[in-house]
Amino acid sequence: MAKRQKVLVLYLKLPSLEGEVISWATFDGTGKKLHMTGDSDQPPYPTGLDALLDGWRLFQASQAIPEHPGQEFRTSYLKHEFFFEKLEEGDF
Amino acid sequence: MAKLLTTEQMAEFANSGCLFFDELIDEQTNKEFLDDIGHTEIDEVDSVQHYYRNIKATSSIPRIPAGTKLKDAYPKGSPLEKIFAHEVVDGAIKSLVGSNTIIDHQFLHITFPTKYFKQANQRQMSQQNHQDSTIDPRSTFDVQLFYFPTEVTKEMGGTRYHPGTHLRIVNEFGIAKYQNILGQKSIVCKPGTIGIFHSGLWHGAGVNFSENIRYMFKVRLQPTEKQELLWDPEKKYQPLPNRALYWTDESKEKTINDILMRSYPWQEADTNRLDKINVVKFWRLLTGHKKMDVDYWLTRIENELY
Repeated sequence: MAKRQKVLVLYLKLPSLEGEVISWATFDGTGKKLHMTGDSDQPPYPTGLDALLDGWRLFQASQAIPEHPGQEFRTSYLKHEFFFEKLEEGDF
Repeated sequence: MAKLLTTEQMAEFANSGCLFFDELIDEQTNKEFLDDIGHTEIDEVDSVQHYYRNIKATSSIPRIPAGTKLKDAYPKGSPLEKIFAHEVVDGAIKSLVGSNTIIDHQFLHITFPTKYFKQANQRQMSQQNHQDSTIDPRSTFDVQLFYFPTEVTKEMGGTRYHPGTHLRIVNEFGIAKYQNILGQKSIVCKPGTIGIFHSGLWHGAGVNFSENIRYMFKVRLQPTEKQELLWDPEKKYQPLPNRALYWTDESKEKTINDILMRSYPWQEADTNRLDKINVVKFWRLLTGHKKMDVDYWLTRIENELY
């Protein structure tokens, strides 16, 4: 039996896992499903906490970085990024 | 005669970064455009390269050096010349980028259906989200005008876009990792529809699961003058007075300020407030009222006493 990684990336409304999901991406290392940009309009979970409750393991979260002086109002990438994984066993 | 945008349409553009004009171009001009590019059924297409080569060889779409004036760009009587001469298209362009706008680039985007990818044994994927065309910290903005000569159904994918993202400064495909963004939209439209995007709006091409080819003709336009009250040459616009915040008066009618302050579901709780501040700053530039404010967002933090 081999192991493959599935990765779920959630962007939340808050820097807390209680925050609502505002953006998401899924990458399936088992090859069972090919995800792509624009493939779903509804998030897979309402909040980051709901992903934990469904067995996803958090392995990275974005840091809080103070805004650069003079650039306090500049907006850019989505801020509250959380990477989760699930490992799946099978014959791939 | 050009039909300039209304202040409500300008506020919509300032807040969402886009405007749409459904079924604006008439059926005859759409047909002339499709005939001109040699539109055919997907079964007749052997390769993407050949299809483009044929269009470039036979259509009236000229090669336009970057920086060419729009008014000198297209052959007289050609479908594109007619489209840009339309009073609504002409008025929207003049309102946003002025009367002496120049062309950055143009392109006929063609999205092939599933059948083509199966025949070519290629993986059919959507285009990732991106912002054209490189990191752009200017206050000046360009617009991208889209023309859809055929109907675009939901099955055909359409151009995906994210309203309200235009003032977020990112580096092109640096946003490609966001596969899905809450509130994302796709342009599903009737033939002859025109869309206008602020050059900063996040977008990408959707997958075409239909049996028909999807076309979208795009032109990026740059201003050569300050984009201040171009839609209001008589300078009639006046900012509205302050209103009550949080403990609000719901009996008041909706105003331009409600359009400017609209939120989007993808915005973070904290950064959403910065997005509003940036819309107010953008509106100050567009109107020339350098101290105007909406809902006290800038007045509050400009009250520096030391």
